[in-house]
Amino acid sequence: MEYLIAFFIGGLICVFGQLLLDVAKLTPAHVMTTLVVLGAVLDGIPAGKDDTLYDKLIDFAGAGVTVPITSFGHALVHGAISEAEAHGIIGIITGIFELTSAGISAAIIFGFFASLIFRPKG
Amino acid sequence: MSFRVSRQTWYFSSDVRIRSAGTAVGPKEGNGPLGNEFDIVFDDNYVGEATWEKAEKKILEASINKTLEKAGLVAEDIDMILAGDLLNQIISATFASRTIQIPFIGTYGACSTSMLSLAQASALVNAGYCNLAVAACSSHNSTAEKQYRYPTEYGGQKPPTAQYTATGAGSVLVGRGGTGIRVTYATLGKIVDMGIKNPFNMGSAMAPAAADTLLAHLKDTGRKPSDYDLIVTGDLAGVGAPILVSLMKEQGYEIAPYYNDCGLMLYRKDDPEVFSGASGCASSALVTYGHLLKEMERGKISRLLVLATGALLSPLTYQQGESIPCIAHAVAFEVDE
Amino acid sequence: MNEKLKAQKQKEQKEEQQKYQQKAKQFEPKPPVLLNCLKAFLVGGFICLLGQLLQKFYMQVFDFNEKTASNPTVATLIFIAVLLTGLGVYDRIGQFAGAGSAVPVTGFANSIASAAIEHRAEGYVLGVGGNMFKLAGSVIVFGVVSAFVIGLIRTIFNY
Repeated sequence: MEYLIAFFIGGLICVFGQLLLDVAKLTPAHVMTTLVVLGAVLDGIPAGKDDTLYDKLIDFAGAGVTVPITSFGHALVHGAISEAEAHGIIGIITGIFELTSAGISAAIIFGFFASLIFRPKG
Repeated sequence: MSFRVSRQTWYFSSDVRIRSAGTAVGPKEGNGPLGNEFDIVFDDNYVGEATWEKAEKKILEASINKTLEKAGLVAEDIDMILAGDLLNQIISATFASRTIQIPFIGTYGACSTSMLSLAQASALVNAGYCNLAVAACSSHNSTAEKQYRYPTEYGGQKPPTAQYTATGAGSVLVGRGGTGIRVTYATLGKIVDMGIKNPFNMGSAMAPAAADTLLAHLKDTGRKPSDYDLIVTGDLAGVGAPILVSLMKEQGYEIAPYYNDCGLMLYRKDDPEVFSGASGCASSALVTYGHLLKEMERGKISRLLVLATGALLSPLTYQQGESIPCIAHAVAFEVDE
Repeated sequence: MNEKLKAQKQKEQKEEQQKYQQKAKQFEPKPPVLLNCLKAFLVGGFICLLGQLLQKFYMQVFDFNEKTASNPTVATLIFIAVLLTGLGVYDRIGQFAGAGSAVPVTGFANSIASAAIEHRAEGYVLGVGGNMFKLAGSVIVFGVVSAFVIGLIRTIFNY
């Protein structure tokens, strides 16, 4: 069941992105930027004791909301807030990249090695 | 008749003729409907070079060398080369001319460079400033994508109005006298901007410029569309071509029976990669120098008008919110009666 | 007087431009929005499904929990996207799927990898290093800036 929900919700977020492309006529970079900010905003809305709105979405849809680029915004905000709770207001800056390290590091490292191995094919 | 017909139309009275023409293309163009018409067909877009830009330079060199070879001449025999391409600082033209040592005039007209360079070469030859001049241009799908749009392996989705920049180079050698096809008139365009901003929709942006130059040409020469066997535009393609027909109709000219577009001729209509048609300097150059001049030699066309169209934007102007200014340059070719 | 004439001319020009743009619109093929949305839904959904499977895998076979399993999952998807980019396949998937391949983190990875691969021609330091974030840079910049603003608002709110 969780697989079906992940598929469905993830698909819906992509449909939203496609409408931004085709109807709002945004460029892909604008669409990705919009979605990452959206993810950040949704993670700024508290929902329940310790959770945010985005956390609740993750509980519900799993990879359906952790795989889209929106989860990047969520991870950035989460890192900022948890560091701020632990170490005060400076934590907002020191904590931002704590949780997203895997994604950005992986992209840079794999991207770099790809440039060593592959040639663009046009 | 004097050289100056109007402020933008020139008449070449000194018997300016095409001595030879050479075309070099990539595999996709070689596999297209005109594939057999091209002199050199490379089997991959890198043509054995390390980068896309080096490849485009090599393709341009191949085209120019072929043109010289067909005329039985060498670089030292040629007075001037006028060449351009789509890249910043027209590096394909400059680096090719570094190899082929002929005095060089760099020209930029985006996709209108073919006729822009030919018009100027013809004028220099007509007035006697040059005895022999080469007009050349090139474009390459990957160098254009890399500079104007996205890295070639980027997964961005293109809309159906997009066009496919052709990979290839076309060149002609122009001189006075002989038995070749005559270059009779050139009408140079002025920049027309109708506020279109979408770089994935250049056909709509360029059609008004084509109409502007075509109208000027017909008025200045007193000709009607039916005076030509064929009128072609360089790369208005599937979106821009019908717009041009409509714009000319509004002005009282029915061009449809005589009109085609090089961007629609270079590739098969159902090729998905091509979207609405070909674009790039090579679009007009390959179809004109590779195919249409040959059709004239075969007796199928006696009077041809080629309107090369160019979109004069840069990635920077687009990012600064500017619209796309466009231009079209026309050259008339005629066979002896 | 000259100013008035200029303004009048500009107004006429603007009207002419708008008239032309209306005309041009009739000739422009519209993107098949419904079909594109369907394709985006299916491909995007599939990538998320794959992510869900990977997450389960990492939780069961390795020692990750619900919270931390997304890290190796995202890294794996990024690896796959970079591989497909290098093999010259991702751009074709992208043309088919549109947002379906751009919205998942695979799109982010593709934008970095495609830029890195393309600009190797200009060397590793200036080419690869200098251009890698050409497309992804705005995602990182705006993500961080908005996280800062939202983090600030939340922290102040808590006081």
